[in-house]
Amino acid sequence: MATASLKRTPLYDAHLAAGARLVPFAGWEMPVQYEGLGPEHLAVRTSCGVFDVSHMGEVETSGREAEALLQRLLSNDVSKLEVGGAQYAVLCQDDGGILDDLFTYRLADDRYLTVTNAANHGRDYEWFAAHAGDFDADVRDAIDDYAMLAVQGPKARAIVARVAEGELPPRMHTARLPLAGAEALVCGTGYTGEDGVELLLGPRDAASAWEALIASGATPAGLGARDTLRLEVCFHLYGNDMDEHRNPIEAGLGWCCREETGFIGSEAVAAAREGGTEQQLAPFMLTGPGIPRPGNVVVADGRDVGAVTSGTMSPSLKRGIGMAYVPVELAEPGAEVEIDVRGKRRPARIESKPLYRKES
Amino acid sequence: MAEESYPDGLRYHAEHDWARVEDAEATFGITWYAQDALGEVVFYEPPDVGSEVSKGQAYAEVESVKAVSDVYAPLSGEIVAVNEGVGERPELINEDPYGEGWLVRIKLSDPAESDQLMDAAAYRKLLEDS
Repeated sequence: MATASLKRTPLYDAHLAAGARLVPFAGWEMPVQYEGLGPEHLAVRTSCGVFDVSHMGEVETSGREAEALLQRLLSNDVSKLEVGGAQYAVLCQDDGGILDDLFTYRLADDRYLTVTNAANHGRDYEWFAAHAGDFDADVRDAIDDYAMLAVQGPKARAIVARVAEGELPPRMHTARLPLAGAEALVCGTGYTGEDGVELLLGPRDAASAWEALIASGATPAGLGARDTLRLEVCFHLYGNDMDEHRNPIEAGLGWCCREETGFIGSEAVAAAREGGTEQQLAPFMLTGPGIPRPGNVVVADGRDVGAVTSGTMSPSLKRGIGMAYVPVELAEPGAEVEIDVRGKRRPARIESKPLYRKES
Repeated sequence: MAEESYPDGLRYHAEHDWARVEDAEATFGITWYAQDALGEVVFYEPPDVGSEVSKGQAYAEVESVKAVSDVYAPLSGEIVAVNEGVGERPELINEDPYGEGWLVRIKLSDPAESDQLMDAAAYRKLLEDS
């Protein structure tokens, strides 16, 4: 893809100034790393990193029946989502196939903001809009209204508190606060396995917030570290770990599905939960050297039994880790398999989630 | 990370590998450009001593968190020594690509092949033009 056709976030110049290596990602020109993936990863695990995730999209749903529309679309129980709350869910097709995984924030009684994955944003918005007609609700593509920063790590809250006025929201809650001379929706969410917040702010306010956070001690971190951080704690990456050919039960996302709400796909999800699935997404760790990669075949008793969907060298554990779809009977912690890494069989062990646990 | 450099006295292959030729033996490694493009190297498995390598053919892989890259032999011959230290600490490839980050030592089967490789000036020009 030609660089000229890629979209840039409001922080593009800041990334260049910080020495970022920029790569194409889901139609955007995004920083994959600054100083180095390993140090950025460890900064998030031990201190604080700040990620530009402005490529993620937003869809605003409002109106008298906004809740009813979202209850129809999202897998979780939207009636449990209070004003100022956050909720994770998947978006399913009729057959239960996953269209996206998303966080939804309830901004007011009749207003919700849903954050989409960059690669799926257009399709998600169309899906929301196509179903809105059955409800007294409006769906608006809000992608141009927001830049988004993720500030993550054990020191993230202290660092954000230095640049924001007022009390930061607890985990899975939101607050609208003055921040670095502007107003931001501060959300107690993230996708790294660390404490921290995500900030939704106007595109023109992003650069000053970014600079203020770095001046207060946050380390710029790229999408490379974001990927290793989320994989260590077994958070899914859409397109790798699930897609429209996988249902939430086999993907291990049954916990965010409330079939009794009647969401699109709920019957298929209920059937999968009831009847079981052939395969299950399972985390694994190599017991010896090597780095598993997406697409590597999983071998058990000399037979091909599955495929790796995400794989990397864990910067925290210093071992090859990943997730793979394997037959359900193999998806048990302790099961021994091999990963065929470009012709070399690397012994691996199925583990429980998360692969990385904070020392307690 | 090391500073960018392409020492005089080494011979260079277009796949961003270098050879330090000493009589009928040579030491191989990857260039500063190659390690920079790859990022932090986190995995390298030395090949077996005694195996044959052929000019222009891959003989090993270096891996960063994000990518795998083949390492090509700039010259042909038999591996007589491997750098086990890089297997233990692959970051040496980033820190010292022409020194402690060397990969293998070869007994050359055709020392005249080195005439086909680039000198440092020609390799720098290749990088500028690409």
